[in-house]
Amino acid sequence: MTNVISEIRKDFLYNLLLKGERSDGRSFEDYREISIERNLISKAEGSALVKLGKSQVLVGIKMQPGEPFQDSPNRGVIITNAELVPLASPTFEPGPPNETGIELARLVDRGVRESKAVDLEALCIVPGKQVWIIFIDVHILDDCGNILDASSLGAIAALLTTKVPASKFGLGDDYPLPVKDIPIATTAIEFSDVAMFDPDSDEESIANTKLTVITTADGSICGMQKSGTGVLSPDQVYRIVDIAGEKAKEIREKFLEA
Amino acid sequence: MDESNISFFDKEGRRLDGRRVDELRPLKIEVGVLARADGSCYIEMGGNKVIAAVYGPREVHPRHLQEVTRAIVRYRYNMASFSVEERKRPGPDRRSYELSKVSREALEPVILTSYFPRSVIDVFVEVLQADAGTRTAGINAASVALADAGIPMRSMITSCAAGKVGDQIVLDPMKEEDNFGQADMPIAMTPSGEITLLQMDGHLSQDQFHQAMELAIKGCRDIYNLQRKSLIDRYNQLENVEAEPVEEVKACD
Repeated sequence: MTNVISEIRKDFLYNLLLKGERSDGRSFEDYREISIERNLISKAEGSALVKLGKSQVLVGIKMQPGEPFQDSPNRGVIITNAELVPLASPTFEPGPPNETGIELARLVDRGVRESKAVDLEALCIVPGKQVWIIFIDVHILDDCGNILDASSLGAIAALLTTKVPASKFGLGDDYPLPVKDIPIATTAIEFSDVAMFDPDSDEESIANTKLTVITTADGSICGMQKSGTGVLSPDQVYRIVDIAGEKAKEIREKFLEA
Repeated sequence: MDESNISFFDKEGRRLDGRRVDELRPLKIEVGVLARADGSCYIEMGGNKVIAAVYGPREVHPRHLQEVTRAIVRYRYNMASFSVEERKRPGPDRRSYELSKVSREALEPVILTSYFPRSVIDVFVEVLQADAGTRTAGINAASVALADAGIPMRSMITSCAAGKVGDQIVLDPMKEEDNFGQADMPIAMTPSGEITLLQMDGHLSQDQFHQAMELAIKGCRDIYNLQRKSLIDRYNQLENVEAEPVEEVKACD
């Protein structure tokens, strides 16, 4: 099921765009207001509620000891899951995750994994036998657009608050999860040759191409994904990647670095 | 896992399989390899062996998926359980769902779906042997199979990856380079340079990203030439065999 948007609304957004404007007065590169509330869920090892404009995403982290993967016997394990529950949007349906939900979870996972944000070697308990398993569960509460950036932000914010629950499993004292990098995902839609960052749900439904760029603290790129049935020129890609780096830096400095 | 212990280049700067950094693996494309499918293609890209079939335009089942103004496109990327070192559990997993989605989105921009309202164009891709770059091989094969099926398209789609190993950007990474490398970036594009797929994981500086894009685009252009040639060869061959009956039909009117 797709988001339905009236032709007149589409025209309105398009005409604004021609004047260089967006319906909520932002510039093409502006993000909506961001807020992060941490540790709302005391049963979880870490959690964060991210509000990006009216979009709301809750990320919870649970940890437990378990077996490592055979090819990485001395490293902790990250498992990321996303639930697009039907309470969050008229277009979400109950049931097993569809490809949108799977893509979202895999992109959040890619950011955390490829940036090497979590020191997985430090999460080995008994080499080859027992390591910490980190479950990152993304719960979308309200989809008003760009839930990917919100989810990714929620995941790293939650990881930064996570305490390893060692005492619960008789493995010594609890300690903060070792986090070494802060990956930030930034998404832009391409519409009529303009790149619009942090699209709201109306903007998402008029565009058919999205590009997400995930950057690390040193300004490098650790993940990228084009999504949607449109095309991008190499120059558009370069432009979006440039701006994405700047936006990510702003967000990282403002919300995640103490 | 330990990337520092592996040397990816010999003294002359050649890679583990003797390639230069900007060289593709050996490529082979065969058109029309399946009898039942409307279009098909078999591709070998290095150690990858991938087969693609296209069915349609045909009726959509289940019916509620129909679109009134255009055909829908479905893409199923599937790996054979014997295609990888450790047996893969058969059936779709989360990775193949994602790859199916981005691959479909890589092809859809060029397919003229509005010609076939209420119908479906099915693309099935089976990975028979995997050696890094299966999604790019799948897209290359699918694009040829679509052309072979006579599906109207604005252009072909070609796909190729660039990667980073030992701090060096390389074209078309093979398994060892993918497993122990520092980045992997598959792209797909039209011959005129419109990007229809772009994914990346690993670690690339801004400069390395630009290098990787340029290299991958170059790789795509080379692959495109072979896609084109394999289609032309196939249809030249068919024309020679069936030339006479066509002449006779013309003589009737």
